[in-house]
Amino acid sequence: MRGDLPSADFTASLAPMDIPEAPLQVSQPVMVKRHRLSTRLWHWLNAAVVAIMLMSGLMISNAHPRLYWGHIGANPDKAWLELPQFPGWATIPSTYSLADARLWHIAIAWIFGAAIAVYLAWSMVNGHLWRDLRPRLAELSPAHLWQDIKAHAALRFPTGEAAARYNVLQKLAYCGVLLVLLPLLVLTGMAMAPALNAAFPWLPEIFGGRQSARSIHFICATGIVLFFIVHITMVVLAGPVNEVRSMVTGWFRLPPGPAEKEAAHD
Amino acid sequence: MTDQFSRRRLLSAGALGTGGLLLSGCDRLSQPGPFRSVLEAAADAHYGVQRGIAGDALAAEFAVSQMSPVFRANGNTNVKGHAEWSGHGADQFARWALKIDGLVLRPLDLPLDALRAMPQRAQITRHDCVEGWSAIGKWQGPQLGPILKMAGLLPSARYIVFHCADRFGSTPYYESLDLIEAHHPQTILAWAMNDKPLPVAHGAPIRLRAERQLGYKHAKYVMRIEARSSLAGLYGGKGGYWEDARGYQWWAGI
Repeated sequence: MRGDLPSADFTASLAPMDIPEAPLQVSQPVMVKRHRLSTRLWHWLNAAVVAIMLMSGLMISNAHPRLYWGHIGANPDKAWLELPQFPGWATIPSTYSLADARLWHIAIAWIFGAAIAVYLAWSMVNGHLWRDLRPRLAELSPAHLWQDIKAHAALRFPTGEAAARYNVLQKLAYCGVLLVLLPLLVLTGMAMAPALNAAFPWLPEIFGGRQSARSIHFICATGIVLFFIVHITMVVLAGPVNEVRSMVTGWFRLPPGPAEKEAAHD
Repeated sequence: MTDQFSRRRLLSAGALGTGGLLLSGCDRLSQPGPFRSVLEAAADAHYGVQRGIAGDALAAEFAVSQMSPVFRANGNTNVKGHAEWSGHGADQFARWALKIDGLVLRPLDLPLDALRAMPQRAQITRHDCVEGWSAIGKWQGPQLGPILKMAGLLPSARYIVFHCADRFGSTPYYESLDLIEAHHPQTILAWAMNDKPLPVAHGAPIRLRAERQLGYKHAKYVMRIEARSSLAGLYGGKGGYWEDARGYQWWAGI
């Protein structure tokens, strides 16, 4: 199921194909094992940890809601962005406490950083990154991308065999989170720690200074929020029960469609 | 279909409930108790790990051109209700002396002129406030390590405590460092800032600079330095004003 099949676009499945000898039971749903155990474990651990990091981070932002570029930035300096005070329902804790927010943030940061490091390493070892998440060259062609964007905009989701694999927009979104946003959050977080600055002076430098690292930290966190909104929307639209079950048990029911026969045949 | 519909409702209700629980749960878990202790242990783990990683590494130093045009003064920017400090302030601390005592062989009284006459270290460093802002300034003063050597630390000394003249309400400000941070080459008693005598707003007559730590460790208006075997029994017992009052981490390297 997970092999390097040529990428099927949504219309290709309409093409005529070999009809199997025995007629298929159309009512029989086709179940595939979609998510490995490592993916499922990390997904839910990360979901909880990111929620805590994000909400405690918003409280930390409330302590000084101004963002700067460069090494320095304080009230007399020019901020490129002045943030609002985030409300209590969005922060940990819900009433102002920089100390408690930092306690949550730097304690849970261990799990956050370790989980992404272990999951990335394991996903390289077991081939998840290379086989499932790597966008293929053909998928990145403007024509293919455009077709995928149109299909998403029309809420026309892959069915049958195509639904067992990630489409290119999914791959780009997951790679963006896994390889860019989450690692950058860890690195820019470390770049703000004064003792680590002494140990790794190059760390804040690669981001252009401690305040730049702080700005990038916030931008990446915003990226995670945007991803979350799109992710939840797509789960709801694509069938929340099936999607959530596949991330809990691993089993995914291939959505019946014109491609159903192909999937069953395979 | 009804089955799926109800499951869907159950799921969304569950998601909403989880969000609400997370919030109230986190507030409850922040209260003193076993879970908070676990969080505190995890936060404190940064101390040991960063000690191991950072070793004796120096904090970054900057060029004059990178200094903040205006260096914000925060926390207490003046001293109220401390007769001794106020008396000295009137004559530019000419007769003021820093006390060094506690677990030392030779308690010292070091006048400001004596601190100025010692070998000096000047450093242009970045000051990082726990709130998130940073400013770069130039600090000058004697290193703390040689002063502690002059006083002769007793083997039982583990912490260096900085007693300050400023206070929040009736509680005096204080801070503390372990011996490694106290002996770090960039840990100085700054009497000058940006090539001028330390302004009152920034902690005259002297302010501690511990460049690998967040701003609240950099005690201002230091009057007395005490070597101790333990932080227990001193004010709230957590080694600093903000640590006692708000629960900030004693290790401020992160």
